Amino acid sequence: MSAKAPKKIVATTSLAGCFGCHMSLLDIDERILDLIELVEFNKSPFDDIKTFTKECDIGLIEGGCCNDENVHVLTEFRKRCKVLVAVGECALMGGLPALRNVLPLKECLEEAYLNGPTVADGNPDKIIPHDPDLPKILNRVYPCHEVVKIDYFLPGCPPSADLIWDALVALVTGQELDPSYRSFKFD
Amino acid sequence: MPAIAQTVKQVVARYGGDATRLMDVLIDVQDELGCLSHVTAARIADVLGIPQVDVEQTTSFYHFFAREPRGKFAVYLNDSVVAEFCGRAEVAQAFEEAAGCKFGEVSADGVVGLFHTACIGMSDQEPAALVNGQVFPKLTPEKARELVAGMRAGRTVEELKGDQYGDGQNAHPEVRALVHNHVRRRGVMVFDHYRPGEALAKVVKMSSGEVIAAVKAASVRGRGGAGFPTGMKWDFARRAAGDVKYVFCNADEGEPGTFKDRVILTERPQMVIEGMAIAAFAVGARRGVLYVRHEYLYLRAYLEHVLADLRAQGLLGTAIGGLAGFDFDVSLQFGGGAYVCGEESALIESAEGKRGEPRDRPPFPVEKGYLQKPTVVNNVETLCSAVQVLLKGPEWYNRLGTEKSKGTKVLCVSGDCDRPGIYEVEWGFSVNDILKEAGARDVQAVQVGGPSGACIGPDEFNRVLAYEDLATGGSFIVVGKHRDLLKDVVLNFARFFREESCGSCVPCRALTGMAQVVLERIVAGKGTAEDVERLRAWQKIMRNNRCGLGQTALNPIVTTIQNFRPLYAARLAPGDPRFVPSFDLAAAIRDYDAAVGKG
Amino acid sequence: MASFVRFTLDGKTCLAEEGAQLVAAAREAGVFIPTLCNYPGIPPKGACRICTVLVNGIPQTACTTKVAEDMNVATSTPELEAFRKSVVEILFAEGNHLCPSCERSGNCELQALAYRYRVTVSSFPYLFPKRDVEAWHPKLVKDHNRCIQCKRCIRGIHNAEGHAIFAFGKRGDKVVINIDPDTSKDIDDELAQRAMDICPVGAILRKGKGFDVPIGRRTYDRAPIGSEVRP
Repeated sequence: MSAKAPKKIVATTSLAGCFGCHMSLLDIDERILDLIELVEFNKSPFDDIKTFTKECDIGLIEGGCCNDENVHVLTEFRKRCKVLVAVGECALMGGLPALRNVLPLKECLEEAYLNGPTVADGNPDKIIPHDPDLPKILNRVYPCHEVVKIDYFLPGCPPSADLIWDALVALVTGQELDPSYRSFKFD
Repeated sequence: MPAIAQTVKQVVARYGGDATRLMDVLIDVQDELGCLSHVTAARIADVLGIPQVDVEQTTSFYHFFAREPRGKFAVYLNDSVVAEFCGRAEVAQAFEEAAGCKFGEVSADGVVGLFHTACIGMSDQEPAALVNGQVFPKLTPEKARELVAGMRAGRTVEELKGDQYGDGQNAHPEVRALVHNHVRRRGVMVFDHYRPGEALAKVVKMSSGEVIAAVKAASVRGRGGAGFPTGMKWDFARRAAGDVKYVFCNADEGEPGTFKDRVILTERPQMVIEGMAIAAFAVGARRGVLYVRHEYLYLRAYLEHVLADLRAQGLLGTAIGGLAGFDFDVSLQFGGGAYVCGEESALIESAEGKRGEPRDRPPFPVEKGYLQKPTVVNNVETLCSAVQVLLKGPEWYNRLGTEKSKGTKVLCVSGDCDRPGIYEVEWGFSVNDILKEAGARDVQAVQVGGPSGACIGPDEFNRVLAYEDLATGGSFIVVGKHRDLLKDVVLNFARFFREESCGSCVPCRALTGMAQVVLERIVAGKGTAEDVERLRAWQKIMRNNRCGLGQTALNPIVTTIQNFRPLYAARLAPGDPRFVPSFDLAAAIRDYDAAVGKG
Repeated sequence: MASFVRFTLDGKTCLAEEGAQLVAAAREAGVFIPTLCNYPGIPPKGACRICTVLVNGIPQTACTTKVAEDMNVATSTPELEAFRKSVVEILFAEGNHLCPSCERSGNCELQALAYRYRVTVSSFPYLFPKRDVEAWHPKLVKDHNRCIQCKRCIRGIHNAEGHAIFAFGKRGDKVVINIDPDTSKDIDDELAQRAMDICPVGAILRKGKGFDVPIGRRTYDRAPIGSEVRP
C-alpha cells in the first residue's frame, strides 16, 4: 500500500448487541497501532463520536435490530458508509436477542414488566414502559441484512480478533479475505 | 373409554391384527369414533403391539386423520386454484357465518367443523366440499347456508344430499353422488364400448411373455405423468426373483386439476381391474391392490360391489377365464389425504400402514415393492390402455397418437372455459385445439400437467400434448386474462406444495415454505429482482430431492418466471437498492403500540 | 470372502467390496463425502441430500448408493459443492440454531460443515419457527429448535425389545420428532448417551450433561470435519 494513500474511514456501532464484538476488536492487541495507521475512526464508541461528521468507507455493525432506534442507526450507517459489515451472530441472524422471536412481543413485555418472577413489587402501577423518548420495540429481532443491504458478514460470538483484523486488512487493502480455520467460528 | 377399546378391538380384528393394515384401521376407527384422539391412537398401538409413536407418525402424516373431534359434520372445502376461480371465497365466508366458527374450528354446538383441503378431484364442478365423505359440488353461498341449517336441523348427510344424483354411475344405488362426469369427448381407449372379460379371454390363451411383448410393441407408457414404458415395467417385475408379487393400481390422483381417475373409476372400474388382472397374469402376481385417494371414499361401497361382481363372473378369484393356476384378487386400499402418495414408492409405504414418504431408489418397486416383494404400480388410465392393446392389438394402438406418444390421453379440463370436463384425445392435440373445444376465450395462460407441469402463455398454445412436447398426467387448467396469475394461481400452488411436502428431504421441506415467503413478498410489491433470481436458483437445489414432488415443486414459480417475466417485473419494489423493501418499520412496531395501549 | 468391484472415483480407479456403501468406500479410498443423516451401522435414508454425488453423471445420494462394477463417481464438482453449502445454509435458516448457547457447539456436525463451506450468514430467509423444548422425559431433553430431522435417532435408537423410541410426526415443514412415552420409559444412561451421541446437532441432550469439554479442545476446534479422511 502506498504511504500516500488516504486512510480509510471507519464507523462502528452496537445495535441489539452486548459490545462483545467491539471488545473483540480491541483484542487485536498491539495490532491496534497498525490499525490506526490504516484507518481513521469516525462515529464509533471507540472515540465517542456520536454523529457522523463525514462520509465513511467502512461501517462495522454489531447486533441486530430489536427496536426502531436500531433501525434508524442502521439506516443512517447504510447511507453514510460505502461498505457495511455485519459483525457477529446477532448482526448476522439476530443472535441471542432473537430467542424471543418465537414468542409474541406482548408476552415478552408482560413477562418482563408485569408477570415475571423478578418484577415482584417493582412495578406497582403495572406499566409497560412507553415514554416517547424510549425506542419502540420491534415485533421480532431482525438480522441486519433484512433491513438494509449488507456487504460482508463476519460470524462468531464474538468473531475472533484475528478474523476482525484479517477482514479489516482485506477491506482496506482490497484483498480477498481467506479466514483461517481457527479464526472462523460461530461461538 | 370402553367404546374406544371396543371399537379398536373390533376394527383391528377385522384386519387380522396386522400392523401393515394400519391405514385401514385408522380409516375405520375414525369413521366410527369421529377422530383419532391421543387415547385412541395409544389403544390402537397397544392392540397392534407397536409403539405409540409409530401409530402417530402415520396418523399425523395424513390430512384427513384428525386428532381432535371434527364436529358432527366435518366440512372439507376445497381451496384449489380452480375452486377459488369459481367463487370459493364467498362460499367459505357463508359457511363461517352460518356455522359461527372459522375454518380449522368446530362450531360451539359441536355440529359443524370447517376445514380447508387441497384439490378433491372436482375441478369441473367447483366450488366443492366433502361433508362426512360425501361430495357437495357446485356450491354457492346460499347452498352453504342451507347445508349448515340442515345440519343444525338434525338431518343426515344422505338427507342433505337430496336425490338429484349425477349422470351415469354416479346415480348407481351404491354411489348416489351429486357428482357429474362431464365426459365431453369420448375417445377409443377408455370411453369406447367395453365388455368386461373380453380382453382377459384373449389373454388366457397367450403366454405371459406374449402379453408383455404386445404391451411393449404398442409402446404403452405410464399415464400418471412420468411416462415410463409399461411393458418394460411388467417385464422387470416378471423377471424379478420371488414367488410372491403384487400389482397395484395407482388411483391416488392428487395433482390439482386432475379428476380423470374419479370418472374412470365411476364409469369403467371393471376395465381398470381387468387391466390389473392382465398385469398380474403378465408378471405372475396373485394379489392386487387398488389404492384410491381418500377423497373418493364415497366410491368405496360401489367399488366393493364391482369387485364382488367380477368375482362372480370369474374375472377375479381362482382359475380366471377358466385357466387353472391363474389366480388373482384385488383389494381396495384408501389413502388418508397426501398428494405425495401418488409417487409409487410412497403409495406402497402408505399401503403398508406407514407415512407416505417416497423410498430411496434403487431398489425400484419392481424389485422390492410392497412388503419388499416385486410390485408393479400402474396408473388407472395406463391399465385401461393395456386392456385395449390386448383386445385390439398393438397395430391398432400404434395408429393413434404421435410418433413417440401412442394412444390417447384423458384430459381434465378446468378453469376459465365454458365446458370443463373430461376429454379423451389422441396424443398430438395442440393446446389450441383443446381450448377451442372447451370453449375458452381470452386465455392468459394454461397450466398443463398441473402445478408440477408447466404454465404456458398464448405464444406456446400451438404446442402439442405428447411425451416429447408437453407431457401431462391429465390436468389442464385454463387461466383467463382477468386473473392475477401470480396471486391467484402461482401462490396457491406454492402453498399447495408446502403443505404436501412429506418433509423428508431438506431442500423440499424447507424451500417449499421459503419460496412461499419470497413469492408472497413479490406479490405484495415488496420483492426485488434479486428475489426473483433467488427463486430461479432454488430450482437447481430442488433437482436433488428424492422424488418427483420435490423435484418439481418450484415449477409453478419457475415456469412463470420464464414465461411471464413481465408480471414479476411489474411487481418489483421501486427504490434505493441499499435498503430492503420487505422491511416495514411501521408494521414492525405495531405489536408494541398495541401492547402498550397506543395501537 | 467378499468379492471386489472396480469403480472410478473422481477420475481415480478404486476397489471396494461388492455392495459397499459409496460413502464408506470413498472414505476407504481417501475421499471425504460430507454427510449429515448418515451414521455408520444404521440403515441409510437419503434425507439431508448433502452427500449427493454424480453417479454416471446422475445426481444420487452416496449414502443410499452401493458401489457397483464400472460405476463412475464424481464427488466434488463446483455444482455439488455449491449444493452442499446451500443445504447447510438452508438448515441454519430453517430452524433456530443459536450456536453460542448450544451444548453441542464445537462438536456439532452441522456447524462443522458450515465451517467447511465457510458459511457466514444463510442466504435463505430465516424462518424463526416456533418450536418446543421438551424436558418431560427423565433422562432426555429434546430441543426441537435445533433438530434437523435427519432421523438418525429414529433409525438408530431402539429399546431392549427392539421397539422404536423416536418417530416422525406430521409432515412437510411441520415435521417433528416425537419420543414414545412407553418405549422410552426404562432407557438407561448408556442408551440416553447413545441417543445424544447419534444426534448430529444439539437436539437430543442427556439430562445433566453438556459443556464438559472446554472451548478450544472440542472435536471441531481441533480439526475440521473430514480431515481424518486422507488420500
